[in-house]
Amino acid sequence: MQELINRAKELLADGTVARVLGWKAGDLPYNPEPAYFETAEAMEDFVYNGFCGANLSKYMIEASRLEGKTLVCLKPCDTYSFNQLIKEHRVDREKAYIVGVGCKGKLDIEKVKKQGIKGIESIGGAEIADEAETLTIQTIYGEKTCAYADVMLERCHVCKGKDHMVYDEIIGESKETKDAERFDEVARIEAMSPQEKFAFFQKELSKCIRCNACRNACPACSCRKCVFDSNKFDSSQKANVDTFEEKMFHIIRAFHVAGRCTDCGECSRVCPQGIPLHLFNRKFIKDIDELYGEYQAGEDTDSKAPLTNYTFEDAEPSIVGKRG
Amino acid sequence: MYKIAKENLSALFQLIADSQELYLPVKTAGQTNFAAWSKDAEVDLDTLKTVKSAKDAFFPQSEGLYTVKKEGKKMSVEPEALKEQDFVVFGMRACDVRGLAVLDNVFLADPIDTFYAARRDHGTVVALACHEPEETCFCKVFGVDAAEPLSDVAAWMVGEELYWKPLTEKGEALTASVKELLSDADEAAVDAEKDAIHHIVEKLPYMNLSLEGWDGDALSEKFDSPIWEELYKPCLACGTCTFVCPTCQCYDIKDYTAGNSISRYRCWDSCMYSDFTMMAHGNNRTSQMQRFRQRFMHKLVYYPANNDGMYSCVGCGRCVEKCPSALNIVKVVKAFQNQGGEK
Amino acid sequence: MSLENKEFKPKIVAFCCNWCSYAGADLAGSSRLSYPADVKIIRVPCSCRVNPMFILRAFEKGADGVIMCGCHPGDCHYSTGNYYARRRMTLLFSMLDYIGVENGRTRVEWVSAAEGVKFSETMNSFVEKIYSLGENVRLGDLRCKN
Repeated sequence: MQELINRAKELLADGTVARVLGWKAGDLPYNPEPAYFETAEAMEDFVYNGFCGANLSKYMIEASRLEGKTLVCLKPCDTYSFNQLIKEHRVDREKAYIVGVGCKGKLDIEKVKKQGIKGIESIGGAEIADEAETLTIQTIYGEKTCAYADVMLERCHVCKGKDHMVYDEIIGESKETKDAERFDEVARIEAMSPQEKFAFFQKELSKCIRCNACRNACPACSCRKCVFDSNKFDSSQKANVDTFEEKMFHIIRAFHVAGRCTDCGECSRVCPQGIPLHLFNRKFIKDIDELYGEYQAGEDTDSKAPLTNYTFEDAEPSIVGKRG
Repeated sequence: MYKIAKENLSALFQLIADSQELYLPVKTAGQTNFAAWSKDAEVDLDTLKTVKSAKDAFFPQSEGLYTVKKEGKKMSVEPEALKEQDFVVFGMRACDVRGLAVLDNVFLADPIDTFYAARRDHGTVVALACHEPEETCFCKVFGVDAAEPLSDVAAWMVGEELYWKPLTEKGEALTASVKELLSDADEAAVDAEKDAIHHIVEKLPYMNLSLEGWDGDALSEKFDSPIWEELYKPCLACGTCTFVCPTCQCYDIKDYTAGNSISRYRCWDSCMYSDFTMMAHGNNRTSQMQRFRQRFMHKLVYYPANNDGMYSCVGCGRCVEKCPSALNIVKVVKAFQNQGGEK
Repeated sequence: MSLENKEFKPKIVAFCCNWCSYAGADLAGSSRLSYPADVKIIRVPCSCRVNPMFILRAFEKGADGVIMCGCHPGDCHYSTGNYYARRRMTLLFSMLDYIGVENGRTRVEWVSAAEGVKFSETMNSFVEKIYSLGENVRLGDLRCKN
């Protein structure tokens, strides 16, 4: 982290960048917030650790409109989102100085708390530099430990890889965290009977409070005005008055980013109700891979997205029933 | 003071549910929220904070107001019925109970909100003391005592027993109806539990937050502060903080067209949303900074100005836990503390 | 078995493109070919105009089945519209199947302006299918039910 801070200070000092977009230490051990730093003094609060899960690509949409270059810290998975935004002309590559930061998997404080750990005072082992396999947590109810891998975000278990897709320089080492297959959960649901599928999603979606956090955190959801914010809609955009509305919202949200979603996992990370929203996005990705050929959004900046493309031999929609 | 063994709680819930509706923390798909009790429901009294507060029981996220029906050339208007059945909310925390007092000041002031008033009349609250408060809690800052939930019935979980103490007429009535399951108890165990809670509360990082300078008189000084421009930046403009909050009370009224009928309903609104207080001329808060500022100014300045200094934050800490960008009211207060004098 | 004797009267929405399928429906009519009155046709400029939201909206407002008809691939009036529509609908139907909505409730058929017979046959078979599936209870808004 110190290397990163020093380099950022250097670039601020020589005028290469006007500001740094990174994370500021929070007031609890696990809540750093995305923040801009404009001076070397301000950089004192800069932090980069296991709890810096936020994908800063989204903030670059706004930062691209600011005067001067912004140094932005992007994790390997964040760079896919950034590439996708370049392709869609939502960010300006020239306005960004991308520092690819290392990643050894990001942590989910909800999972820590699910283990019954509460009253947290400090957390050791979350720093990016140390090789700790366990977190040592001091709480007012005594010292607790948990395995780093057990409290990682779901997305880190199915990591796309630790290579940065776009960067100006790379600072820090990464560690492979993948230990599960990305589509296993989707395949498990696909194998269920219609009744079971319906019951599963009904139960998960009934928790939805329509806070729109999944949409607002999503780097692919970059419309200036979302269709769900239209007041010409007679169904509500801020409450599930009927169970239909939660299904409508989540299907359309996922559809609008189909073929553009890089599977960065922000939707699931931010959901206050812990709904596995990535299951919607991943279903589209799996279908696209199977029907139209493997495609990873954000891998490049010039390929045609699957939904703005076609071939004469594409499968007919009736394949849905035939695949069983 | 009465007590009941923890293992008999399901019998207690069954007995209450026989005569009225019962809402309590239930775990569904891994998350605990207030929901109607049923035999199969997975009751979860160990989770300190439900994701959403119990606000829904009195002020639901969405509720119908009336329906206009068309049959041929005839039109009829059917107002939604007010709550007529008694119900019990079990397991609210002291902070959520204070949240109700905040809502009362809004909805029971003239003109009275009849939907809310009917629910308040028919609802009995059994509140649970917080056995193990967490680092996100800061109720003490607002004068709430986590060990002493001041509702219809106060309850404490100590070891294998639940202690039960009616505090109001409604509480006495509920106690009478379930008396067969309760046995008399003395206060000793509860007093020890209260001391233990107070002891923990003193150690929590947020509990000694100072609200100095936050009152109705600080309006223009706070409103015009340049600090907001810095603070709001990570905000993603989602409505998580407002929807999990026990005191946010803004709502929107909308119509739903269903072919031959139109139903008018209201649903929670969030000051974080771009269409909040949208009027014919447009919106009076045009930037996210203004919308962000609104939330905290309302909680810490406007509301106390109109309600004898009572804040409309109760320190439950839900926004602290749930904000996707790790922003929250504590960070706002601290930012003003640190920089307020200098800028 | 005649359809009229059954109690359940389904509501079926058919999105038809202006250039082929709608003309096909016209031809079916002028050729005196019958198809059930349960089918309500909505004319769209091209099958590509059909937003996934249209399909969900139709279900919300009480449809029991939704069918989309367009020109045969290669024959689109706008050259390529139906190729895009084909991908979109495939993904949407797959998603509906994934969340547990019976996959027989949605269908895509390519019907040209000359295929009045195919139009009538398609509608008959689709309506028959919806009769066998019964009322749509998984994807509607309760407020529209009464």
